[in-house]
Amino acid sequence: MTEHGNGIFLQLNNISVVYSDVIQVLKGVSLSVEKHRIVSLLGSNGAGKTTTLKAISGLLKPENGKVTDGSISFDGAVIQNSSPEEITRKGIIQVLEGRQPFKYLTIEENLKVGTATRWTRPYKKDLDMVYDYFPALIKRRKSLAGYCSGGELQMLVMGRALMAHPRLLLLDEPSLGLAPLVVREIFRIIRRINEEQETTIILVEQNANMALQIAHYGYVMENGKIVMEGEARSLRENPDVKEFYLGVGAGGKTRTYKDIKSYRRRKRWL
Amino acid sequence: MDFFIQLLVNGLSIGLLYGLSAMGFVMIFKSSSVLNFAHGELLAMGAFLFLVLTTWAGLPVYLAFLITLAGSFVLGFAVERLFLRPLIGESLIFVIMLTVGLASIFKGLLLFFFGGNLHTYPEFLPAGLGVQFGNVFIPPVYVASSFIGIVFLVLFGLFFKFSPQGIFMRSVADNQTAALSLGVHVKKVFALSWAIAAMVAGMSGIVLGVINGINVHEISAIGLKVFPVVILGGLDSIGGAIIGGIIIGLLETFTCGYISPSLRDVVPYAVLVCILLIKPYGLFGLVEIERV
Repeated sequence: MTEHGNGIFLQLNNISVVYSDVIQVLKGVSLSVEKHRIVSLLGSNGAGKTTTLKAISGLLKPENGKVTDGSISFDGAVIQNSSPEEITRKGIIQVLEGRQPFKYLTIEENLKVGTATRWTRPYKKDLDMVYDYFPALIKRRKSLAGYCSGGELQMLVMGRALMAHPRLLLLDEPSLGLAPLVVREIFRIIRRINEEQETTIILVEQNANMALQIAHYGYVMENGKIVMEGEARSLRENPDVKEFYLGVGAGGKTRTYKDIKSYRRRKRWL
Repeated sequence: MDFFIQLLVNGLSIGLLYGLSAMGFVMIFKSSSVLNFAHGELLAMGAFLFLVLTTWAGLPVYLAFLITLAGSFVLGFAVERLFLRPLIGESLIFVIMLTVGLASIFKGLLLFFFGGNLHTYPEFLPAGLGVQFGNVFIPPVYVASSFIGIVFLVLFGLFFKFSPQGIFMRSVADNQTAALSLGVHVKKVFALSWAIAAMVAGMSGIVLGVINGINVHEISAIGLKVFPVVILGGLDSIGGAIIGGIIIGLLETFTCGYISPSLRDVVPYAVLVCILLIKPYGLFGLVEIERV
Protein backbone atom coordinates (compact mmCIF):
# COMPACT_ATOMS: atom_id res chain seq x y z
CA MET A 1 0.00 0.00 0.00
CA THR A 2 2.67 2.45 1.01
CA GLU A 3 5.21 1.63 -1.62
CA HIS A 4 3.52 3.20 -4.65
CA GLY A 5 6.40 4.83 -6.45
CA ASN A 6 4.32 7.09 -8.67
CA GLY A 7 6.31 10.29 -8.61
CA ILE A 8 5.32 13.65 -7.22
CA PHE A 9 1.81 14.75 -8.30
CA LEU A 10 1.40 17.89 -6.24
CA GLN A 11 4.25 19.88 -4.77
CA LEU A 12 4.01 22.84 -2.39
CA ASN A 13 7.34 24.52 -2.19
CA ASN A 14 7.83 26.75 0.83
CA ILE A 15 4.61 28.73 0.34
CA SER A 16 3.48 31.70 2.40
CA VAL A 17 -0.10 32.90 2.41
CA VAL A 18 -1.17 36.37 3.46
CA TYR A 19 -4.76 37.53 3.90
CA SER A 20 -5.69 41.18 3.20
CA ASP A 21 -1.98 42.01 2.70
CA VAL A 22 -1.29 41.87 6.44
CA ILE A 23 -2.31 38.65 8.13
CA GLN A 24 0.22 35.93 7.49
CA VAL A 25 -1.32 32.52 7.93
CA LEU A 26 1.12 30.13 6.25
CA LYS A 27 4.81 30.61 6.90
CA GLY A 28 6.71 28.46 4.49
CA VAL A 29 4.73 25.24 4.03
CA SER A 30 6.25 22.52 1.92
CA LEU A 31 4.59 19.25 1.18
CA SER A 32 4.42 16.80 -1.63
CA VAL A 33 1.78 14.31 -2.63
CA GLU A 34 2.36 11.24 -4.75
CA LYS A 35 -0.17 9.95 -7.23
CA HIS A 36 -3.01 7.70 -6.01
CA ARG A 37 -2.21 8.24 -2.36
CA ILE A 38 -4.24 9.54 0.55
CA VAL A 39 -2.29 12.19 2.38
CA SER A 40 -3.63 13.43 5.67
CA LEU A 41 -3.09 16.92 7.03
CA LEU A 42 -3.51 17.14 10.79
CA GLY A 43 -3.32 19.98 13.25
CA SER A 44 -5.27 21.94 15.78
CA ASN A 45 -7.71 24.74 14.93
CA GLY A 46 -6.07 27.70 13.26
CA ALA A 47 -2.98 25.75 12.26
CA GLY A 48 -3.51 26.63 8.60
CA LYS A 49 -4.87 23.37 7.21
CA THR A 50 -7.87 24.88 5.45
CA THR A 51 -5.74 27.75 4.15
CA THR A 52 -3.31 25.23 2.68
CA LEU A 53 -6.16 23.53 0.83
CA LYS A 54 -7.50 26.85 -0.41
CA ALA A 55 -4.05 27.85 -1.63
CA ILE A 56 -4.05 24.71 -3.75
CA SER A 57 -7.60 25.05 -5.07
CA GLY A 58 -7.40 28.80 -5.76
CA LEU A 59 -10.22 29.66 -3.37
CA LEU A 60 -8.04 32.12 -1.44
CA LYS A 61 -8.80 34.84 -3.93
CA PRO A 62 -12.44 35.48 -3.03
CA GLU A 63 -11.31 35.81 0.59
CA ASN A 64 -8.67 38.35 -0.30
CA GLY A 65 -5.83 35.91 0.38
CA LYS A 66 -2.71 35.41 -1.72
CA VAL A 67 0.23 33.10 -2.05
CA THR A 68 3.03 35.64 -1.60
CA ASP A 69 6.01 33.34 -1.64
CA GLY A 70 6.96 29.90 -2.83
CA SER A 71 5.36 27.84 -5.56
CA ILE A 72 2.72 25.20 -6.07
CA SER A 73 3.01 22.80 -8.94
CA PHE A 74 0.46 20.23 -10.00
CA ASP A 75 1.24 17.57 -12.56
CA GLY A 76 4.12 19.66 -13.88
CA ALA A 77 2.23 22.98 -14.13
CA VAL A 78 2.66 25.95 -11.82
CA ILE A 79 -0.72 26.82 -10.34
CA GLN A 80 -0.27 29.21 -7.45
CA ASN A 81 -2.64 32.20 -7.60
CA SER A 82 -4.48 30.84 -10.63
CA SER A 83 -8.24 31.32 -10.64
CA PRO A 84 -10.45 28.54 -9.27
CA GLU A 85 -11.97 28.15 -12.74
CA GLU A 86 -8.57 27.21 -14.18
CA ILE A 87 -7.53 25.02 -11.28
CA THR A 88 -10.75 23.00 -11.20
CA ARG A 89 -10.37 22.37 -14.91
CA LYS A 90 -6.96 20.87 -14.26
CA GLY A 91 -8.71 18.31 -12.06
CA ILE A 92 -8.35 19.67 -8.52
CA ILE A 93 -11.67 19.79 -6.68
CA GLN A 94 -12.04 20.92 -3.08
CA VAL A 95 -14.86 19.74 -0.84
CA LEU A 96 -15.38 22.66 1.49
CA GLU A 97 -15.46 22.47 5.23
CA GLY A 98 -18.85 22.38 6.90
CA ARG A 99 -20.72 20.94 3.87
CA GLN A 100 -21.86 23.67 1.60
CA PRO A 101 -24.79 22.31 -0.37
CA PHE A 102 -26.91 24.38 -2.70
CA LYS A 103 -29.82 24.45 -0.30
CA TYR A 104 -32.53 25.39 -2.77
CA LEU A 105 -31.50 22.85 -5.39
CA THR A 106 -32.52 19.22 -5.25
CA ILE A 107 -29.93 16.53 -4.53
CA GLU A 108 -29.77 15.60 -8.19
CA GLU A 109 -29.41 19.22 -9.32
CA ASN A 110 -26.62 19.62 -6.77
CA LEU A 111 -24.87 16.67 -8.35
CA LYS A 112 -25.34 18.13 -11.82
CA VAL A 113 -23.50 21.28 -10.79
CA GLY A 114 -20.53 18.98 -10.22
CA THR A 115 -20.24 18.62 -13.98
CA ALA A 116 -19.48 22.33 -14.40
CA THR A 117 -15.92 21.68 -15.50
CA ARG A 118 -17.07 19.52 -18.40
CA TRP A 119 -20.74 20.33 -18.81
CA THR A 120 -21.15 19.45 -22.44
CA ARG A 121 -20.54 15.78 -21.80
CA PRO A 122 -23.21 13.31 -20.68
CA TYR A 123 -23.42 12.74 -16.95
CA LYS A 124 -25.88 9.86 -16.56
CA LYS A 125 -23.10 7.33 -15.98
CA ASP A 126 -21.53 9.58 -13.36
CA LEU A 127 -24.83 9.88 -11.51
CA ASP A 128 -25.00 6.10 -11.34
CA MET A 129 -21.42 6.01 -10.10
CA VAL A 130 -22.19 8.49 -7.33
CA TYR A 131 -25.36 6.65 -6.32
CA ASP A 132 -23.30 3.48 -6.21
CA TYR A 133 -20.94 5.04 -3.66
CA PHE A 134 -23.72 6.79 -1.76
CA PRO A 135 -26.89 4.68 -2.03
CA ALA A 136 -28.50 6.81 0.67
CA LEU A 137 -28.81 9.64 -1.86
CA ILE A 138 -31.02 7.74 -4.32
CA LYS A 139 -34.27 7.99 -2.44
CA ARG A 140 -33.61 11.64 -1.61
CA ARG A 141 -32.74 12.70 -5.12
CA LYS A 142 -35.82 14.83 -5.66
CA SER A 143 -35.76 16.61 -2.30
CA LEU A 144 -34.18 19.98 -1.58
CA ALA A 145 -30.68 19.71 -0.15
CA GLY A 146 -31.62 22.19 2.57
CA TYR A 147 -33.83 19.60 4.19
CA CYS A 148 -31.35 16.72 4.26
CA SER A 149 -29.46 15.45 7.29
CA GLY A 150 -25.80 16.17 7.97
CA GLY A 151 -24.69 12.70 6.92
CA GLU A 152 -26.62 12.90 3.67
CA LEU A 153 -25.18 16.33 2.97
CA GLN A 154 -21.63 15.14 3.50
CA MET A 155 -22.29 12.34 1.04
CA LEU A 156 -23.88 14.83 -1.32
CA VAL A 157 -20.95 17.25 -1.38
CA MET A 158 -18.47 14.42 -1.85
CA GLY A 159 -20.60 12.94 -4.60
CA ARG A 160 -20.87 16.36 -6.22
CA ALA A 161 -17.09 16.60 -6.29
CA LEU A 162 -16.82 13.09 -7.77
CA MET A 163 -19.06 14.18 -10.66
CA ALA A 164 -16.17 16.35 -11.82
CA HIS A 165 -13.84 13.33 -12.16
CA PRO A 166 -11.22 14.93 -9.90
CA ARG A 167 -7.63 13.81 -10.22
CA LEU A 168 -6.86 15.40 -6.87
CA LEU A 169 -9.62 15.61 -4.28
CA LEU A 170 -9.21 17.96 -1.33
CA LEU A 171 -11.42 16.95 1.57
CA ASP A 172 -11.78 19.48 4.38
CA GLU A 173 -12.97 17.83 7.58
CA PRO A 174 -15.49 15.37 6.18
CA SER A 175 -16.23 14.03 9.68
CA LEU A 176 -17.23 17.40 11.14
CA GLY A 177 -20.31 17.05 13.33
CA LEU A 178 -21.27 13.54 12.23
CA ALA A 179 -22.20 10.54 14.31
CA PRO A 180 -19.37 7.99 14.81
CA LEU A 181 -21.05 5.35 12.66
CA VAL A 182 -21.56 7.79 9.81
CA VAL A 183 -17.95 8.90 10.13
CA ARG A 184 -16.78 5.32 9.79
CA GLU A 185 -18.97 4.90 6.69
CA ILE A 186 -17.64 8.10 5.11
CA PHE A 187 -14.03 7.08 5.69
CA ARG A 188 -14.68 3.67 4.24
CA ILE A 189 -16.04 5.33 1.12
CA ILE A 190 -13.07 7.69 0.91
CA ARG A 191 -10.80 4.69 0.92
CA ARG A 192 -12.91 3.02 -1.76
CA ILE A 193 -12.85 6.10 -3.97
CA ASN A 194 -9.09 6.24 -3.66
CA GLU A 195 -8.72 2.61 -4.63
CA GLU A 196 -11.35 2.35 -7.37
CA GLN A 197 -11.18 5.76 -9.02
CA GLU A 198 -7.43 6.10 -8.40
CA THR A 199 -8.13 9.57 -7.06
CA THR A 200 -5.35 11.23 -5.14
CA ILE A 201 -6.75 12.64 -1.92
CA ILE A 202 -5.62 15.21 0.60
CA LEU A 203 -7.59 14.76 3.77
CA VAL A 204 -7.74 17.48 6.40
CA GLU A 205 -9.02 16.15 9.69
CA GLN A 206 -9.39 16.76 13.38
CA ASN A 207 -10.22 13.11 13.82
CA ALA A 208 -6.56 12.11 13.62
CA ASN A 209 -7.23 8.54 14.62
CA MET A 210 -9.58 7.86 11.71
CA ALA A 211 -7.54 9.89 9.25
CA LEU A 212 -4.32 8.03 10.00
CA GLN A 213 -6.09 4.72 9.60
CA ILE A 214 -6.95 5.31 5.95
CA ALA A 215 -4.12 7.65 4.94
CA HIS A 216 -0.82 6.50 3.53
CA TYR A 217 1.14 9.51 4.60
CA GLY A 218 0.58 12.34 7.04
CA TYR A 219 1.66 15.87 7.82
CA VAL A 220 1.16 17.67 11.11
CA MET A 221 0.73 21.44 11.00
CA GLU A 222 1.03 23.98 13.73
CA ASN A 223 1.01 27.77 13.51
CA GLY A 224 1.21 27.87 9.76
CA LYS A 225 4.11 25.46 9.49
CA ILE A 226 4.60 21.77 8.94
CA VAL A 227 6.05 20.42 12.17
CA MET A 228 6.12 16.72 11.45
CA GLU A 229 5.61 14.29 8.63
CA GLY A 230 5.84 10.61 7.99
CA GLU A 231 4.16 7.41 6.89
CA ALA A 232 0.75 7.16 8.52
CA ARG A 233 1.75 4.05 10.41
CA SER A 234 4.78 5.64 11.99
CA LEU A 235 2.82 8.80 12.81
CA ARG A 236 0.28 6.69 14.65
CA GLU A 237 3.06 5.28 16.77
CA ASN A 238 4.73 8.62 17.38
CA PRO A 239 4.46 9.59 21.08
CA ASP A 240 3.88 13.30 20.37
CA VAL A 241 1.09 12.66 17.89
CA LYS A 242 -0.38 10.18 20.32
CA GLU A 243 -0.35 12.72 23.05
CA PHE A 244 -1.63 15.76 21.18
CA TYR A 245 -3.89 14.38 18.49
CA LEU A 246 -4.90 10.91 19.47
CA GLY A 247 -5.48 11.90 23.08
CA VAL A 248 -3.45 9.05 24.51
CA GLY A 249 -0.74 9.95 27.03
CA ALA A 250 2.64 8.36 27.33
CA GLY A 251 1.45 6.00 30.02
CA GLY A 252 -1.48 4.88 27.90
CA LYS A 253 -4.02 6.94 29.87
CA THR A 254 -5.70 10.08 28.60
CA ARG A 255 -4.33 13.38 29.81
CA THR A 256 -5.63 16.88 29.66
CA TYR A 257 -3.90 19.74 27.90
CA LYS A 258 -3.37 21.34 31.25
CA ASP A 259 -0.89 18.65 32.24
CA ILE A 260 1.28 19.16 29.20
CA LYS A 261 4.15 21.54 29.67
CA SER A 262 4.24 23.85 26.71
CA TYR A 263 8.03 24.01 26.50
CA ARG A 264 8.07 20.33 25.68
CA ARG A 265 6.06 20.88 22.57
CA ARG A 266 8.15 23.76 21.43
CA LYS A 267 11.41 21.96 21.98
CA ARG A 268 10.45 18.90 20.05
CA TRP A 269 8.66 20.43 17.12
CA LEU A 270 10.56 23.50 16.13
CA MET B 1 -69.25 42.67 -14.87
CA ASP B 2 -67.98 43.19 -18.41
CA PHE B 3 -66.03 46.17 -17.23
CA PHE B 4 -64.52 44.07 -14.46
CA ILE B 5 -63.40 41.37 -16.87
CA GLN B 6 -62.00 43.96 -19.20
CA LEU B 7 -59.95 45.45 -16.39
CA LEU B 8 -58.92 42.00 -15.19
CA VAL B 9 -57.53 41.06 -18.59
CA ASN B 10 -55.73 44.36 -19.03
CA GLY B 11 -54.30 44.14 -15.53
CA LEU B 12 -53.11 40.60 -16.02
CA SER B 13 -51.31 41.29 -19.25
CA ILE B 14 -49.65 44.47 -17.94
CA GLY B 15 -48.83 42.66 -14.72
CA LEU B 16 -47.20 39.83 -16.59
CA LEU B 17 -44.88 42.34 -18.22
CA TYR B 18 -44.04 43.95 -14.91
CA GLY B 19 -43.38 40.52 -13.55
CA LEU B 20 -41.09 39.58 -16.41
CA SER B 21 -39.03 42.72 -16.18
CA ALA B 22 -38.87 42.30 -12.41
CA MET B 23 -37.61 38.79 -13.02
CA GLY B 24 -34.55 40.21 -14.75
CA PHE B 25 -33.96 42.46 -11.79
CA VAL B 26 -34.27 39.59 -9.34
CA MET B 27 -31.87 37.46 -11.38
CA ILE B 28 -29.15 40.08 -11.11
CA PHE B 29 -29.85 40.53 -7.42
CA LYS B 30 -29.82 36.82 -6.70
CA SER B 31 -26.61 36.02 -8.52
CA SER B 32 -24.55 39.05 -7.55
CA SER B 33 -26.51 40.91 -4.80
CA VAL B 34 -26.51 44.03 -6.97
CA LEU B 35 -29.61 46.23 -7.02
CA ASN B 36 -29.78 47.46 -10.58
CA PHE B 37 -31.05 51.04 -10.59
CA ALA B 38 -30.60 51.23 -14.36
CA HIS B 39 -33.35 48.68 -14.96
CA GLY B 40 -35.87 51.22 -16.22
CA GLU B 41 -33.32 52.56 -18.67
CA LEU B 42 -32.73 49.06 -19.99
CA LEU B 43 -36.44 48.95 -20.80
CA ALA B 44 -36.19 52.29 -22.56
CA MET B 45 -33.12 51.19 -24.54
CA GLY B 46 -35.06 48.20 -25.85
CA ALA B 47 -38.09 50.28 -26.71
CA PHE B 48 -36.06 52.84 -28.64
CA LEU B 49 -33.94 50.25 -30.41
CA PHE B 50 -37.18 48.73 -31.68
CA LEU B 51 -38.36 52.19 -32.73
CA VAL B 52 -35.20 52.79 -34.72
CA LEU B 53 -35.38 49.40 -36.39
CA THR B 54 -39.06 49.62 -37.35
CA THR B 55 -39.45 53.25 -38.36
CA TRP B 56 -36.02 54.42 -39.46
CA ALA B 57 -34.57 51.19 -40.80
CA GLY B 58 -37.99 50.00 -41.92
CA LEU B 59 -37.40 46.36 -41.02
CA PRO B 60 -40.31 43.94 -40.76
CA VAL B 61 -41.70 43.76 -37.24
CA TYR B 62 -40.73 40.20 -36.34
CA LEU B 63 -37.17 40.81 -37.54
CA ALA B 64 -36.95 44.06 -35.61
CA PHE B 65 -38.27 42.27 -32.54
CA LEU B 66 -35.64 39.55 -32.75
CA ILE B 67 -32.84 42.03 -33.41
CA THR B 68 -33.97 44.11 -30.44
CA LEU B 69 -33.88 41.06 -28.19
CA ALA B 70 -30.42 40.16 -29.46
CA GLY B 71 -29.25 43.76 -29.15
CA SER B 72 -30.51 44.05 -25.59
CA PHE B 73 -28.82 40.77 -24.74
CA VAL B 74 -25.52 42.11 -26.06
CA LEU B 75 -26.05 45.42 -24.26
CA GLY B 76 -26.53 43.65 -20.92
CA PHE B 77 -23.49 41.52 -21.57
CA ALA B 78 -21.40 44.59 -22.45
CA VAL B 79 -22.56 46.49 -19.37
CA GLU B 80 -21.44 43.64 -17.14
CA ARG B 81 -18.15 43.26 -19.00
CA LEU B 82 -17.21 46.94 -19.16
CA PHE B 83 -18.63 48.38 -15.94
CA LEU B 84 -19.48 45.68 -13.43
CA ARG B 85 -16.61 43.25 -13.80
CA PRO B 86 -13.83 45.70 -12.86
CA LEU B 87 -15.74 46.29 -9.63
CA ILE B 88 -15.92 42.65 -8.57
CA GLY B 89 -14.54 42.40 -5.07
CA GLU B 90 -15.28 46.06 -4.28
CA SER B 91 -17.86 47.04 -1.74
CA LEU B 92 -21.41 46.51 -2.94
CA ILE B 93 -22.44 50.12 -2.47
CA PHE B 94 -19.95 51.18 -5.19
CA VAL B 95 -21.55 48.76 -7.62
CA ILE B 96 -25.03 50.01 -6.80
CA MET B 97 -23.92 53.63 -7.22
CA LEU B 98 -22.45 52.60 -10.55
CA THR B 99 -25.85 51.41 -11.72
CA VAL B 100 -27.32 54.77 -10.70
CA GLY B 101 -24.66 56.41 -12.88
CA LEU B 102 -25.41 54.06 -15.75
CA ALA B 103 -29.08 55.00 -15.48
CA SER B 104 -28.18 58.67 -15.96
CA ILE B 105 -25.90 57.91 -18.90
CA PHE B 106 -28.51 55.83 -20.72
CA LYS B 107 -31.25 58.33 -20.06
CA GLY B 108 -29.03 61.20 -21.19
CA LEU B 109 -28.12 59.39 -24.39
CA LEU B 110 -31.73 58.63 -25.21
CA LEU B 111 -32.78 62.21 -24.51
CA PHE B 112 -29.93 63.45 -26.68
CA PHE B 113 -30.93 61.35 -29.65
CA PHE B 114 -34.71 61.20 -29.35
CA GLY B 115 -35.69 64.17 -27.19
CA GLY B 116 -38.31 64.02 -24.47
CA ASN B 117 -41.34 63.81 -26.77
CA LEU B 118 -43.75 60.98 -27.17
CA HIS B 119 -42.92 58.61 -30.01
CA THR B 120 -45.21 55.91 -31.32
CA TYR B 121 -44.62 52.75 -33.26
CA PRO B 122 -46.35 52.33 -36.57
CA GLU B 123 -49.53 50.29 -36.24
CA PHE B 124 -48.40 46.75 -36.89
CA LEU B 125 -50.59 44.38 -34.89
CA PRO B 126 -53.33 42.92 -37.09
CA ALA B 127 -56.78 43.94 -35.83
CA GLY B 128 -57.87 40.30 -36.08
CA LEU B 129 -55.70 39.56 -33.06
CA GLY B 130 -58.26 41.22 -30.81
CA VAL B 131 -60.61 38.85 -29.02
CA GLN B 132 -64.30 39.40 -28.47
CA PHE B 133 -65.93 37.69 -25.46
CA GLY B 134 -69.58 38.72 -25.42
CA ASN B 135 -69.43 42.40 -24.61
CA VAL B 136 -65.80 42.31 -23.62
CA PHE B 137 -63.27 43.26 -26.24
CA ILE B 138 -59.62 42.56 -25.62
CA PRO B 139 -57.47 44.77 -27.84
CA PRO B 140 -54.78 43.10 -29.97
CA VAL B 141 -51.93 44.59 -28.00
CA TYR B 142 -53.06 42.96 -24.75
CA VAL B 143 -53.51 39.62 -26.46
CA ALA B 144 -50.04 39.90 -27.94
CA SER B 145 -48.43 40.97 -24.69
CA SER B 146 -50.08 38.17 -22.69
CA PHE B 147 -48.96 35.70 -25.30
CA ILE B 148 -45.37 36.94 -25.30
CA GLY B 149 -45.35 37.09 -21.51
CA ILE B 150 -46.51 33.52 -21.10
CA VAL B 151 -44.12 32.21 -23.75
CA PHE B 152 -41.16 33.87 -22.05
CA LEU B 153 -42.28 32.68 -18.65
CA VAL B 154 -42.45 29.06 -19.77
CA LEU B 155 -39.12 29.32 -21.60
CA PHE B 156 -37.35 30.71 -18.54
CA GLY B 157 -38.99 28.19 -16.27
CA LEU B 158 -37.65 25.37 -18.44
CA PHE B 159 -34.27 27.08 -18.75
CA PHE B 160 -33.77 27.36 -14.98
CA LYS B 161 -35.13 23.94 -14.21
CA PHE B 162 -33.42 21.81 -16.82
CA SER B 163 -30.58 23.45 -18.73
CA PRO B 164 -27.08 23.10 -17.25
CA GLN B 165 -26.50 26.83 -17.54
CA GLY B 166 -29.75 27.53 -15.69
CA ILE B 167 -28.80 25.15 -12.91
CA PHE B 168 -25.36 26.78 -12.67
CA MET B 169 -27.01 30.19 -12.37
CA ARG B 170 -29.16 28.94 -9.51
CA SER B 171 -26.16 27.36 -7.84
CA VAL B 172 -24.25 30.64 -7.88
CA ALA B 173 -27.25 32.43 -6.43
CA ASP B 174 -27.43 29.77 -3.74
CA ASN B 175 -23.83 29.47 -2.58
CA GLN B 176 -21.17 31.28 -4.50
CA THR B 177 -18.14 29.75 -2.77
CA ALA B 178 -19.39 26.23 -3.29
CA ALA B 179 -20.09 27.00 -6.94
CA LEU B 180 -16.54 28.32 -7.33
CA SER B 181 -15.10 25.21 -5.70
CA LEU B 182 -16.79 23.07 -8.34
CA GLY B 183 -15.47 25.14 -11.20
CA VAL B 184 -18.65 27.02 -12.11
CA HIS B 185 -17.66 30.09 -14.12
CA VAL B 186 -19.14 32.63 -11.73
CA LYS B 187 -18.21 35.61 -13.88
CA LYS B 188 -19.91 34.02 -16.87
CA VAL B 189 -23.01 33.56 -14.74
CA PHE B 190 -22.97 37.25 -13.79
CA ALA B 191 -22.63 38.23 -17.43
CA LEU B 192 -25.42 35.91 -18.45
CA SER B 193 -27.75 37.27 -15.74
CA TRP B 194 -27.16 40.80 -16.99
CA ALA B 195 -27.65 39.75 -20.58
CA ILE B 196 -30.90 37.91 -19.87
CA ALA B 197 -32.16 40.71 -17.62
CA ALA B 198 -31.49 43.30 -20.33
CA MET B 199 -33.13 41.11 -22.95
CA VAL B 200 -36.32 40.65 -20.95
CA ALA B 201 -36.30 44.34 -20.04
CA GLY B 202 -35.98 45.25 -23.72
CA MET B 203 -38.88 42.97 -24.57
CA SER B 204 -41.05 44.55 -21.88
CA GLY B 205 -40.00 47.96 -23.13
CA ILE B 206 -41.30 47.18 -26.61
CA VAL B 207 -44.66 45.92 -25.41
CA LEU B 208 -45.17 48.80 -23.00
CA GLY B 209 -44.21 51.11 -25.84
CA VAL B 210 -46.89 49.58 -28.02
CA ILE B 211 -49.46 50.08 -25.27
CA ASN B 212 -48.64 53.60 -24.13
CA GLY B 213 -46.29 55.03 -26.73
CA ILE B 214 -42.67 55.66 -25.83
CA ASN B 215 -41.28 58.54 -23.92
CA VAL B 216 -37.91 58.36 -22.18
CA HIS B 217 -39.15 59.63 -18.84
CA GLU B 218 -42.25 57.53 -18.74
CA ILE B 219 -40.68 54.25 -19.73
CA SER B 220 -37.80 54.54 -17.32
CA ALA B 221 -40.30 55.43 -14.59
CA ILE B 222 -42.20 52.25 -15.43
CA GLY B 223 -38.90 50.45 -15.05
CA LEU B 224 -38.77 51.73 -11.50
CA LYS B 225 -41.98 49.86 -10.83
CA VAL B 226 -39.81 46.79 -10.51
CA PHE B 227 -39.08 48.02 -6.99
CA PRO B 228 -42.60 47.68 -5.60
CA VAL B 229 -42.98 44.50 -7.61
CA VAL B 230 -39.88 42.78 -6.31
CA ILE B 231 -40.30 44.05 -2.78
CA LEU B 232 -43.84 42.75 -2.80
CA GLY B 233 -42.82 39.38 -4.21
CA GLY B 234 -39.69 39.07 -2.09
CA LEU B 235 -36.37 40.28 -3.44
CA ASP B 236 -34.94 36.85 -3.99
CA SER B 237 -37.82 34.93 -5.48
CA ILE B 238 -38.24 34.67 -9.24
CA GLY B 239 -41.73 33.22 -8.93
CA GLY B 240 -42.52 35.96 -6.42
CA ALA B 241 -41.45 38.58 -8.94
CA ILE B 242 -43.94 37.29 -11.47
CA ILE B 243 -46.80 37.12 -8.99
CA GLY B 244 -45.82 40.50 -7.50
CA GLY B 245 -45.91 41.91 -11.02
CA ILE B 246 -49.38 40.56 -11.67
CA ILE B 247 -50.67 41.93 -8.35
CA ILE B 248 -49.26 45.39 -9.05
CA GLY B 249 -50.62 45.29 -12.61
CA LEU B 250 -54.10 44.36 -11.38
CA LEU B 251 -54.06 46.97 -8.63
CA GLU B 252 -53.14 49.63 -11.15
CA THR B 253 -55.84 48.86 -13.66
CA PHE B 254 -58.54 48.41 -11.03
CA THR B 255 -57.61 51.68 -9.34
CA CYS B 256 -57.59 53.32 -12.72
CA GLY B 257 -60.97 51.90 -13.65
CA TYR B 258 -62.94 52.08 -10.41
CA ILE B 259 -61.39 54.95 -8.45
CA SER B 260 -59.47 57.43 -10.50
CA PRO B 261 -56.68 57.31 -13.08
CA SER B 262 -54.75 59.87 -11.07
CA LEU B 263 -54.45 57.45 -8.15
CA ARG B 264 -53.02 54.78 -10.41
CA ASP B 265 -49.47 55.19 -9.21
CA VAL B 266 -50.34 55.66 -5.55
CA VAL B 267 -52.54 52.73 -4.60
CA PRO B 268 -50.01 49.99 -5.47
CA TYR B 269 -47.53 51.59 -3.11
CA ALA B 270 -50.12 51.93 -0.37
CA VAL B 271 -50.94 48.22 -0.67
CA LEU B 272 -47.24 47.47 -0.73
CA VAL B 273 -46.76 49.19 2.60
CA CYS B 274 -49.66 47.25 4.13
CA ILE B 275 -48.34 43.90 2.90
CA LEU B 276 -44.84 44.65 4.11
CA LEU B 277 -46.21 45.47 7.56
CA ILE B 278 -47.56 41.93 7.73
CA LYS B 279 -44.85 40.09 5.77
CA PRO B 280 -41.58 42.01 5.97
CA TYR B 281 -39.73 39.65 3.60
CA GLY B 282 -42.34 40.07 0.91
CA LEU B 283 -44.98 37.56 -0.05
CA PHE B 284 -42.53 34.96 -1.34
CA GLY B 285 -39.22 36.03 0.17
CA LEU B 286 -37.06 33.04 0.92
CA VAL B 287 -37.44 31.79 4.41
CA GLU B 288 -33.89 30.68 5.16
CA ILE B 289 -33.63 26.92 5.39
CA GLU B 290 -31.80 26.67 8.68
CA ARG B 291 -30.88 23.01 8.47
CA VAL B 292 -27.17 22.71 7.87
